[in-house]
Amino acid sequence: MDWKRFSFIALVIIVLFGAVVMVGQSQQRPILIITSMLATTIAVATPLTLGALSGVFCERSGVVNIGIEGMMLSAAFFGWLAAIYMFHVFGFPIGISITVGALFAVITGGLMGLLLAVLSITFNVDQIIGGTVINILAVGLTGFLNRQLFFGKGSVFGGQVPNSPGVLPTIHIPIREIFAPLCSDSIICIENIRAINRVFDQKPIAMGAVLLVFIAHFILFKTRWGLRTRSVGEHPKAADTVGINVFKMRYANVIIGGCLAGLAGAYFTIESVPSFEPLLTNGRGFISLAAMIFGNWTPIGAWAAALVFGASQALQINMQLFRESIPPQWAFLQQSYVVGLAPYILTMLILTGIIGKTTPPAADGVPYEK
Amino acid sequence: MQAEKQSSSLARQILKSATESSLIPFLAILTAVIVGGIIISIVGGNPFQAYRGLIEGSLGSQKALSETAVWATPYIFAGLAVALAFKGGLFNIGAEGQLALGAVFSSLIGYALPGWLGFDLPTIIHLPLAIIVGMIAGGIWAGVVGALKAYTGGHEVINTIMMNYIALNTTSFLLNGIMKDKSPTNVIARTPMIADSARIPTIFEGLRVHWGFLLALLVAFFIWWLLTKTTLGFEIRTVGLNPDAAKYAGINVKRTITLTMVFSGMLAGLAGAIEVTGLNFRHELGFSIGYGFDAIAIALLGKSHPLGVVLAAILFAAMRNGATRMQFITQLPVDLISMLQAFILLFVAADAIVRYIYRVKSKGERVVLTRGWGG
Repeated sequence: MDWKRFSFIALVIIVLFGAVVMVGQSQQRPILIITSMLATTIAVATPLTLGALSGVFCERSGVVNIGIEGMMLSAAFFGWLAAIYMFHVFGFPIGISITVGALFAVITGGLMGLLLAVLSITFNVDQIIGGTVINILAVGLTGFLNRQLFFGKGSVFGGQVPNSPGVLPTIHIPIREIFAPLCSDSIICIENIRAINRVFDQKPIAMGAVLLVFIAHFILFKTRWGLRTRSVGEHPKAADTVGINVFKMRYANVIIGGCLAGLAGAYFTIESVPSFEPLLTNGRGFISLAAMIFGNWTPIGAWAAALVFGASQALQINMQLFRESIPPQWAFLQQSYVVGLAPYILTMLILTGIIGKTTPPAADGVPYEK
Repeated sequence: MQAEKQSSSLARQILKSATESSLIPFLAILTAVIVGGIIISIVGGNPFQAYRGLIEGSLGSQKALSETAVWATPYIFAGLAVALAFKGGLFNIGAEGQLALGAVFSSLIGYALPGWLGFDLPTIIHLPLAIIVGMIAGGIWAGVVGALKAYTGGHEVINTIMMNYIALNTTSFLLNGIMKDKSPTNVIARTPMIADSARIPTIFEGLRVHWGFLLALLVAFFIWWLLTKTTLGFEIRTVGLNPDAAKYAGINVKRTITLTMVFSGMLAGLAGAIEVTGLNFRHELGFSIGYGFDAIAIALLGKSHPLGVVLAAILFAAMRNGATRMQFITQLPVDLISMLQAFILLFVAADAIVRYIYRVKSKGERVVLTRGWGG
């Protein structure tokens, strides 16, 4: 990640935030708008961040993972399903059900990662085809089971989708409690602190994602494991010569990547909304690949890029709040299918490399044969 | 004597290569059917009944056969689109978006052109025009991605997917807005019906199968001819096999990549145009969803050979068409088919698994279909 890329990211985020502030400033103070945008940005960037981390682990070890989308989708489904079964069929309390659901999502992602590893490392299947297989399999499997288990003959749930036990709670970071006394009764000051607090009050997976960015950075660049992973992705032959087990390293990293994509899947059905619908990931897996590329295959860079996509989604959400303030000649912009184009066009723009060329790991996508 | 021996051994060779190249797809389908059957049993269905329903529903009557052909028509076009791109070393995941764009523009010409001109057009002009405009729309949509790949290196896999979402958003914008059917009873995002002069006639009275099916077969033959008998086809295949070698051989690689993508998109656009002019007679939002992935599976199952694509498309069409009957008999959801198709694709793509299960020896050749981000 170079300064050029980071400043581009900063610029885009400032423009997006500025647009909302300009529209909404007649109704709300800028600091409230900015903090609300920030909070939404971090939350909605979560699956993208995790998806991009998934890609970083896989591709740093030399396996292209185009199946992140499918991994997310299946994890979202099976995690949600596990939570429902725990709650309705086995009668566990809500907290345990949701936790098990999240765990199941991660395991599902890991299993999908294992499938990709078996296909691309053991059977030398073209890696992009292997990933596409995972994407198609996920659509078919979740679509079928979703219909069969809830509406099929002999369904435990008698033809209707039961309520999921709920979503993960927001974790409160006590910034307000610490800093509010410093305000000495100024209402605006207390309001500002509350607003800033909202940025930090995130749900567990969103917080975990940010934490994982730095953990991933540490693992990849400061540990022996990371060095081995990267060497396997850059020059597997050389790594093999010095005694690193190329297949084992690739397997491990692809499964780790799968688990991360699984956690991203859990975001959708365990953290964001307590329901599942077919195709709910809606291209997020592919956008996180673009984030990974734009972040030049580094965790922190990928996170920064994911935040840009998060911000463009936050723009869409926040614009809804200030609908009346939008001038009539710009009204068509607030239609979701116009604003909604932003992340896709941004992705294509980034891939052209006009904002700086990126370099993939040298052996990325190349099967290793002894 | 010698010549006779040679010719008989040649015939044996051809036969052998034909059985060999269809053996793996066949075994892949068989394995998928078995795995699918196991899953059906696990969720409490009867696999034998399910498969009987599939076969009855797709081949059991004149009407069933006609409907299978109706399903197969867009599958052949879209499968060819993906297959052609594969031949050129490109992975077109965006057939869905190109198909949707083709359908939108084809229906626009279909319902609006007579109004713009102020007089009715004869079928001989109106119908080809509607089809060609849809085809061009698909070609442009994919051509953008091809040009980006050729001139900036932006990877086509992600770009075609992004173009899918942009196409979906654009069509919703158009179908909910200026192109929406304005009749007072309509609440759905769809265009008005296209004029009679822009419709493809059916082949048989009382059955829905239309001349578009034959056009699809014709186009498949044309693609085979293009790929194997023309200079352009040779260039496409060379760039697909080895762009560096192609460059040194004096082939304009960038132009070929762009053109391959344009052709691929035109085929997908054609799929959409034929669906509108031959079957639906309008564009309804969302009808294109799923065609892109199906097309990939068909191209892979058909090993990117036009004849293979036609056969794979007919198989997939039969499964889709038989699904309704299967659901009626067994109460298993239609989505079962998507899962079955995913397994077929899995075993076709990972032919090493199939070879391993059935102990079929590999000839040691590896076909490189796509390359990583760098290529």
